[in-house]
Amino acid sequence: MRHDLFFDVAHLLAGGLVLMSFLMLYQDRLYALINVFAGHAIVLTLSVAWQAYVQDAPHLYVTAFIALGFKAIIIPIALHRIVERLGIHREIETVLNIGLTMLGGIGLVALSVVVMLRVAPGGDPLAREDLAFALSVVLLGLLMMVSRRNAVSQVIGFMSLENGLILAATGAKGMPLVVEISVAFSVLIAFIVIGIFLFRIRERFDTVDIQALDSFRGEIE
Amino acid sequence: MDLIQPLIVQGAQMFLALALAPALIGFVRKVKAQLLRRRGPPILQPYRDLIRLLRKDVVLADNASWLFRAAPYMVFAGTWVAAALVPTFASGLMFSWSADLVAIIALLGSARFFLALAGLDVGTSFGGIGSSREVMIASLAEPALIVIVFTMALLAGSTQLSTIASFMASNDVGIRISLGMALIALLIVALAENARIPVDNPATHLELTMVHEAMVLEYSGRHLALMEFAAWLQLLLYLSLIGCMFAPWGLTTASTNPGGYLVGLAAYILKLIAGGMVLGLFEVVIAKMRVFRVPEFVGVALMLALLATLLRYVSSSQ
Amino acid sequence: MTLIALLWCIAAWLGLSVFAVVVARTAIVGTIVYAACLAIGMLGLSAGLEHLIAATAPAETIILPLGLPWLGANFRLDNLSAFFVLVVDLGAATASLYALGYGRHESEQHRVLPFYPAFLAAMNLVVLADDAFTFLVSWELMSLVSWALVVAHHHDRENIRAGYVYLLMASFGTVALLLAFGLLAGPEGSYAFAELRLHPPSETLAAAVLALTIVGTGSKAGLIPLHVWLPLAHPAAPSHVSALMSGVMTKVAVYAFIRIVFTFLGPPQWWWALPVLIAGAASAVIGVLYALNQSDLKKLLAYSTIDNIGVIFIGLGLALAFQTNALGAAAALAMAAALLHVFNHALFKSLLFFGAGAVLTSTGERNLERLGGLIHTMPVTAFLFLLASMAICALPPLNGFVSEWLTFQAVLISPQLPQWSLRLIVPAVGAMLALAAALTAACFVKAFGFAFLGRPRSDVAKRAVETDTFSLAGMFSLGALCLFIGILPGFVIDRLAPVTQFLLSARLPVQADVPWLSIIPISEGRSSYNGLLVFLFILISSLGAVLVIHTFASRKVRRSAAWDCGFPDPRPVTQYSADSFVQPLRRVYGTLVFLAREKVQMPTPGEMSPARFTVTMQDLAWRLIYSPIVHAVEFSAERLNVLQFMTIRRYLALVFSALIFLLIVLASWT
Repeated sequence: MRHDLFFDVAHLLAGGLVLMSFLMLYQDRLYALINVFAGHAIVLTLSVAWQAYVQDAPHLYVTAFIALGFKAIIIPIALHRIVERLGIHREIETVLNIGLTMLGGIGLVALSVVVMLRVAPGGDPLAREDLAFALSVVLLGLLMMVSRRNAVSQVIGFMSLENGLILAATGAKGMPLVVEISVAFSVLIAFIVIGIFLFRIRERFDTVDIQALDSFRGEIE
Repeated sequence: MDLIQPLIVQGAQMFLALALAPALIGFVRKVKAQLLRRRGPPILQPYRDLIRLLRKDVVLADNASWLFRAAPYMVFAGTWVAAALVPTFASGLMFSWSADLVAIIALLGSARFFLALAGLDVGTSFGGIGSSREVMIASLAEPALIVIVFTMALLAGSTQLSTIASFMASNDVGIRISLGMALIALLIVALAENARIPVDNPATHLELTMVHEAMVLEYSGRHLALMEFAAWLQLLLYLSLIGCMFAPWGLTTASTNPGGYLVGLAAYILKLIAGGMVLGLFEVVIAKMRVFRVPEFVGVALMLALLATLLRYVSSSQ
Repeated sequence: MTLIALLWCIAAWLGLSVFAVVVARTAIVGTIVYAACLAIGMLGLSAGLEHLIAATAPAETIILPLGLPWLGANFRLDNLSAFFVLVVDLGAATASLYALGYGRHESEQHRVLPFYPAFLAAMNLVVLADDAFTFLVSWELMSLVSWALVVAHHHDRENIRAGYVYLLMASFGTVALLLAFGLLAGPEGSYAFAELRLHPPSETLAAAVLALTIVGTGSKAGLIPLHVWLPLAHPAAPSHVSALMSGVMTKVAVYAFIRIVFTFLGPPQWWWALPVLIAGAASAVIGVLYALNQSDLKKLLAYSTIDNIGVIFIGLGLALAFQTNALGAAAALAMAAALLHVFNHALFKSLLFFGAGAVLTSTGERNLERLGGLIHTMPVTAFLFLLASMAICALPPLNGFVSEWLTFQAVLISPQLPQWSLRLIVPAVGAMLALAAALTAACFVKAFGFAFLGRPRSDVAKRAVETDTFSLAGMFSLGALCLFIGILPGFVIDRLAPVTQFLLSARLPVQADVPWLSIIPISEGRSSYNGLLVFLFILISSLGAVLVIHTFASRKVRRSAAWDCGFPDPRPVTQYSADSFVQPLRRVYGTLVFLAREKVQMPTPGEMSPARFTVTMQDLAWRLIYSPIVHAVEFSAERLNVLQFMTIRRYLALVFSALIFLLIVLASWT
């Protein structure tokens, strides 16, 4: 019974992360997107902390703490400031419309569920579902990156993808501490660095682009 | 004897729905007013409005047809029958087997069908815009609702609302992410179907925002009273539905002693109060959406419901 | 005995056709033909019903010395064909009754009358045929005769084009079926159905036959993407024929599908359900989306037929899926849902086309943008059309709801399926079904609301009068049946049991035993529905409300101008138009499905030109499938053009080389 409760909560949190990914796909305002991303990170923190408690693995608390500090607090605040300072258009430009993107998202979740069931047919069904959730979060992050034009939302897609990786890593029991921490850190830092680089570049191009459009419209009149 | 008691309970639920619906809407209005630091009309105001409207003459547009005059009764009857089949304080009602959850949704669909037709009958531009938007919203909300029913039915192994309620009240449910998704989807659908704030604003007469109000614009007197009453009943129905599926605590089964009924009734009223407060709070803090943002919003409900069903299918493989 | 009676009916219809050819131009002949058709139809109807009610009646067979000399013309009446005879002849009888009145307004009577009885005979023949030859000949007769009816009004260029496309698609479908039967029979097999039943084909061959059958019958039934002819051809015919084509002929195609897939192919493979389910779900949603965007009332109805055929095929796909996995009761449920929908759709779609026909004779208009307000001048037609609209929208307590409800119940059993892909696809199909149902409601709010409600949008709509008594009688009988089945569905479901027993060796629980006349498809704890009680509840509560309010409150009515927020405009143009009604829906769904684009051209201030609003939509089926085929055909025709200008010697060489080639093939054939 107690085990059931442990599992149920972990399952709920993992599913909650998928839900948050969907909420991110649904947003069409930058600020709202950043806030939902912070929520995404908080759910991840809770999930990791719960795993730490259940598996009695104190090192996971470190991972949780990193997730909370960086992703739920520092990065969202920084992004808020940048968006404000650079005066980026606050509406997100989507390549596909939102309904279609979400429909694609459903398809991806279905796909990851099937893949997980095929890959590990004999395993514990509940663990498989958790892995399926993690894979879904990764795929949804990728979907977000390809379906958005704005650089900021692409970075957020990147990082939510990485949240999925962390979810998968913490769910798997028995991974050595060193490996786990180093994976977590290197992935984290690599993605942040790449993300910021990408962000700077894309960001510049995009703003230039939009301003050019505006002035073009002005000239015609 | 064993026929009379269930009959009384069924009848009591039917009339309880009628009696409580205006109070619920009055309560929601009061909560909203208080949150905005206004005093607000008394909770009993909707009853007075009803009586006032019922006493007035009907002013019919010149070219209104028989359908226009019949529609309020059809809308009211459809909603009321649907509301009477949702367990409020006791499950396992006498007639609950006559229509399962799918049929209840379809009954609401009948009511909406007549409502949308009534909006078109007089041939005004406002009625048309209301009907047009109503069917647009419903075209997403109704499938979402059906898919939510799929999720619940897969879990409980039944589409009978009483069975679902007693299953949810039992201990072997556990925390399920698909249930959470279904709940969020149901909340979105409830907001959309009851013309509450992010989708429609029930308190305005501004043509850009209104959906439900636009359809009933040409109604007056007792017809308007019935239309309003039906809308209030529908809100009560959705709260009862959420209550009996996701918070089935205190729901008595039909065969217990009278004391059980009292407990059930108290629990039900508490649930309504809680629901009304949450709704009022939500409406105060959220802004109305653009019309073409609504399909995305309701579309989210459909997607979540679909995802929940998908996960149920996966989990049921164990 | 019953079979002989039915064959006599067919003979009588064919004789009637010949009679009509001879005397087609006299005025009274229309009444005679339709009255005779009605009588024969009633006879056929009672024969079919009798066979179905006597649930244990053995299959009857007859071999007539016609057709292929070594085969003869085989006919057979088993439970499946009895059910479809019922559907066909019910449609035939009501259409003939309706045509007694409607036919008088027919301008091209001599082009309709000779073909009409032959059409009824051909549909009966298809359903009764018991060998591939008779089946295909009857099928082709059905296609040709209905083609003749489609082009009856040949002065309209649209109709000629519709007839052309129809003829092409019908021939294509027949070729597919021909190949299917060829594969089934094998090199030395027999074409008698009795032989085909005994020797199911091998697994790969069965798959090929399945594909050909879906194409062949789907093109007749209107499955997407083989639907393109249907919305052109069905509305072009006179309305009673449209009703038959939409309500009945598509069902004959469904019959052919069931006959081939469920009785000839042997035990199904699990993946067979996939293409059927996907085609069904796509047809359901896309069909109704098309219907929504039509302003032509009859076109709208034709597109909605595609939607309903989709619903039927969803049921058939589920039945296949359950049958593979030996879930007999579930398969029976899905099959019963599909069959009930076949019957229901025949009822309400015929009624809707009759209503559209009444509007057409009364106003000469099918365009919703020029109708309106007919509820005042044609109240009975309006009421019956409303009833049928409610039925097709699956609103309780009418019959459409019962079949949709059963289909939903069948969807909900699908977690018992062991195959993963089926499990993932079935809930999606269920969601599509729900989406189609909700969109159908929107579609028929539009159809009824803009044809019958509001203010008249043209002079002809203002001058409309109620249609004649025969037409009303035809419509009324169908409307009464819709209500009856909706209220007491258990009776009809019990009548379907012999059919599911025959096809799947399983049946639903006996509904007549259920107390209170409810229906319980699986078990009592799982789901039940009681149309009678729901109907009574609605009746009592609405009448009670009327009574209470009129007694204790007010019953006064004042008439006045419409309020319309204080700015009423007497011009009917200011009403909402049918096109604006669907604009939000088009924006939500159309941008994806039809690549719909809206363009607004606003004149700059001071300029006097009008503002323009244009919508462009594309039919993807045409663009992606048919246009490339047309181009390929044109291209190859262009290349083959040289063949027309050769010397005789070269022609002979061509023929000679073809002969040699065939001989070589024959020599190398093992």
